[in-house]
Amino acid sequence: MTTTEKPAARVVLGDEAVALGALHAGVTAAYGYPGTPSTEILEYLLRTSGPGPKVAWCANEKTAYEAAIGVSMVGRRALVTMKHVGLNVAADPFINSALVAIGGGLVVAVADDPGMHSSQNEQDSRYYADFARILCLEPSDQQEAYAMTRRAFDLSEQFHIPVLIRLVTRLAHSRSVVIPAQPQAESPLGVLPDGSEWTLLPANARRRYADLLDRQPALLAYSEQAAVLQLASSELGVITTGIARNYFLEYQAELDYQPSHLHIGTYPIPIEAVRQLAGHVDRIVVLEDGYPYVERLLRGLLPEPVPIDGKLNGRVPAAGELDPDVVRQAIDGEDRRPADLPDLAGRPPQLCRGCPHADSFHALIDAMVELEGPLVCSDIGCYTLGALPPFRAIQSCVCMGASIGMARGAVDAGYRPAIAVIGDSTFLHSGMTPLLDAVADDTDLTVLILDNHTVAMTGTQPTLVPSDRLPVIVQGLGVDPDHLHVLRASHKGEADLVAAIKKEIAHRGVSVVIAERACIEAVKRIRKERS
Amino acid sequence: MKMDIILAGVGGQGVLSVSAVIAGATARLGWQVKQSEVHGMAQRGGAVSAHLRMADGPVFSDLIPRGRADLILSLEPMESLRYLEYLSPTGTIATDIEPVSNIDNYPDLDALLQSIRTARASILVDATALARQAGNVKAANMVMVGAVAHMLPVTEEALISEIHRTFDRLGEKVLQANLEAIRLGIVAGAANRSYPATA
Ligand code: SF4
Repeated sequence: MTTTEKPAARVVLGDEAVALGALHAGVTAAYGYPGTPSTEILEYLLRTSGPGPKVAWCANEKTAYEAAIGVSMVGRRALVTMKHVGLNVAADPFINSALVAIGGGLVVAVADDPGMHSSQNEQDSRYYADFARILCLEPSDQQEAYAMTRRAFDLSEQFHIPVLIRLVTRLAHSRSVVIPAQPQAESPLGVLPDGSEWTLLPANARRRYADLLDRQPALLAYSEQAAVLQLASSELGVITTGIARNYFLEYQAELDYQPSHLHIGTYPIPIEAVRQLAGHVDRIVVLEDGYPYVERLLRGLLPEPVPIDGKLNGRVPAAGELDPDVVRQAIDGEDRRPADLPDLAGRPPQLCRGCPHADSFHALIDAMVELEGPLVCSDIGCYTLGALPPFRAIQSCVCMGASIGMARGAVDAGYRPAIAVIGDSTFLHSGMTPLLDAVADDTDLTVLILDNHTVAMTGTQPTLVPSDRLPVIVQGLGVDPDHLHVLRASHKGEADLVAAIKKEIAHRGVSVVIAERACIEAVKRIRKERS
Repeated sequence: MKMDIILAGVGGQGVLSVSAVIAGATARLGWQVKQSEVHGMAQRGGAVSAHLRMADGPVFSDLIPRGRADLILSLEPMESLRYLEYLSPTGTIATDIEPVSNIDNYPDLDALLQSIRTARASILVDATALARQAGNVKAANMVMVGAVAHMLPVTEEALISEIHRTFDRLGEKVLQANLEAIRLGIVAGAANRSYPATA
């Protein structure tokens, strides 16, 4: 860096603060798969990083994570981003990357979705960090998201472990000012590390695991000094993690006493800090977004020496996200919810007017009219809205790619007919392997691929391969070309689509129908970018 | 001083642009601003909301506590009531009166507007019609920014320059429509303020 000028303050989303932190930490490459609420991290880098780091959407979170490990292996810094359930997909490389001798900083930013604003569960990524025995940093605001991301790269290199940044929706998607610090240059390419530290053969893995265990006290010592403990009133001790701190501080201004307060933003849980707090107060309230991770450890199995209030005794709702009102009630026990609220009609999300999926669903419904109890397993994307009226066309959505595998299982169990409905991007993410299973077994299954040329739900990111390559891939997996059809998803083309779906459902064996037309939001975006 | 606003509407109406214009102008005053947005699934034609918090001191929570919002600023009449529990008893509801009836069970509009009028102080504006008049029906969101301009901590001029910053890159026609929209909104907001009859 030749410039000594500090970069200017800017208003960014929590996600964008992570991106900026990575950029200023001299990141060499950033990978990810789009998923709400994590998408804006990579989007920001794609928009602003110019000729700087390599930034790429990947086929799925696992391939993204593996690419990031490779960057670290040759001594440079890598960021990998995903939503919480994406870490399930990347769990294999993630857990094992804790056993190799991380070289360049490896930071995985995972955005959890307490309250399930846009997800199928509210799993808590702090458990994953614990499972892998690595450090987890949980920022409480945008400034901390920036600073912690930068620090995460240093910590990763200092302790030779990947470091997990845990975000939640309310921080990921909230905008505020970030004051950046002096950016750092990219690290030089390193020398090749000793292969035995990267080849997890049992003999090496045992040695590496012992080494990881040896580093645990150092990780704990780090989180002890990062904990923020303020001993005040002995009446109440409040433990906050992440953004719960903000809700507590908001309320604290109204209290006529000052509770003692321990804020945890770095894990493993700082044991000494917790003990000090517990030794000082008569009651503890634990405020954490997600699962009762800290609370469970605090309670343990034996009788509590200090009464603890939290999600496990119902003082804080066990499901859903925290908010200022939940936090107020957890502290003073008073329910302030207004009683007389207007009873309004709900307004669930729905497919955009002119959406190609609508035409595909109409065709699918038409093609199935005469069938008795057809099973339609579906997947994750805008088309999951096909479960709602007016379509009610699908019966399941479990995880990325599950449509094909589940339909196959139903067929194996004796159910007929079974249809899988999956989007193009979801198919490339996790649908190819179960289709391979079905081909290998010639399962009596029809797969309807809804090809809208984009990853629509998360904001129309480009799919990995252009639409015209999709049939080639399907054929390459071994699907018989006679039972592979590419048709247009449009009102005009509906009769043809109905005929093809009907014919292939009747066929005893694997068949694939690709219903293709670009998402109208993607078309709008492309038009905007051109003008 | 502080100003907490719940922004409401239906996915695709431009709720986030409303938030961006008000937040941008207020941040330039040196105020602290936090703006919590909705991305993802709900944006597809569903009910969307955003919390915009602004203060000349620190803002901690990204979310507004219930009963504390100063203003509900909505781009759709039914949506203006969805977050009523957040509005302070002395708060104001400002909304476009043009419904988005993309659901079967949409309530009777007159009854709906009446319940808004009786709930709190209100500013009911036919923003969609005014936006059409301004040359771009999508600028209804900026009509609504104009309609509440007198309540915001920033001047009308500051909002107008923020519109310049936001819409300049989208071409002269879009910019002019949005500028006209906020001007029409400023006039309409002043003319359409009403208070519930005191019991
Ligand atoms: S974003 Fe695209 S795919 Fe999703 S509902 Fe709208 S048109 Fe359909």
